[in-house]
Amino acid sequence: MRQPRLYWEDFQPGGVIEATRAPVTKEEILEFAAEFDPQPFHLDEAAAEASLLGGLCASGWHTCSMVMRMMCDAYVLDAASLGAPGVEETRWTKPVYVGDTLTARATCLASRASASRPTMGLTQFLWEAFNQKGELVASLRSWSMLERRRTGEAA
Amino acid sequence: MPWFEDLVIGSRQELGSHLFTEAEIIRFATKFDPQYFHIDPAAAATSPYGGLIASGWHTASTWMKLMVATLRARADQADEQGRRPAAGPSPGFLDLKWPNPVRPGDTIAYSTTLTEKVALRSRPQWGLIRSRNEGVNQRGELVLSFTGQALIQRRPMD
Repeated sequence: MRQPRLYWEDFQPGGVIEATRAPVTKEEILEFAAEFDPQPFHLDEAAAEASLLGGLCASGWHTCSMVMRMMCDAYVLDAASLGAPGVEETRWTKPVYVGDTLTARATCLASRASASRPTMGLTQFLWEAFNQKGELVASLRSWSMLERRRTGEAA
Repeated sequence: MPWFEDLVIGSRQELGSHLFTEAEIIRFATKFDPQYFHIDPAAAATSPYGGLIASGWHTASTWMKLMVATLRARADQADEQGRRPAAGPSPGFLDLKWPNPVRPGDTIAYSTTLTEKVALRSRPQWGLIRSRNEGVNQRGELVLSFTGQALIQRRPMD
């Protein structure tokens, strides 16, 4: 548990954070799919090529999980995060194929204090992930719960 | 796997249940969501959650695991030419909520209820379905709900 550097006040509407990760490997696609989403287009190259998806690609839940990890590394682990109550909308707009290099962008859309918990604030983010061609592969819109900076706490 | 035409709006299917162990919660979160309340039991005890909790993505991915197993177990009839429907991809999901945390030792029972069927003008061989999906713990508390969407093959007309 590291000391948070970022609090609710540090995320203002319009703010943007960029995230990256290593290219997606066949092994990680197969490993996730075998445990959580063993459909042919996530496990079998020939079946995947014959499907609407056109090739072996990551489970959408795997894509969400990869984006979560990218955001953890980009800022969530540095923030006084209290988790999230849910995700309003998630779109899987393009498949994520073996070898794709993903980048992601978190855009702060809105911010509000918590009515019930004075030490907490809520921040609405749009998370977007892109492949190496610049195509949007996934987008997620959700509210995050963050601790507020206590009076006297160093900025 | 059913054909689009055979799916009945309002029909509910139990998908089975899953026991979340501490080791499994930590393993998933270490890979995908390494916030301290998902990976470090001692530190998690000092968090507002009061203990280790599963990543919401772990809770949701496990719904998919049981959904796929349930679809595979269905003995849906092939049509007269021996064809069986294929599962299609999903454009995404809506209104996902994690109203209560999942803790080590919790057993989550998952379900799906068909809520909507949409014929697609752009893809006459496929239909879009929407479903209300839930996960409930052993105390009857809701831990996951969302509206799922998927493309399902239509029964060939010939």
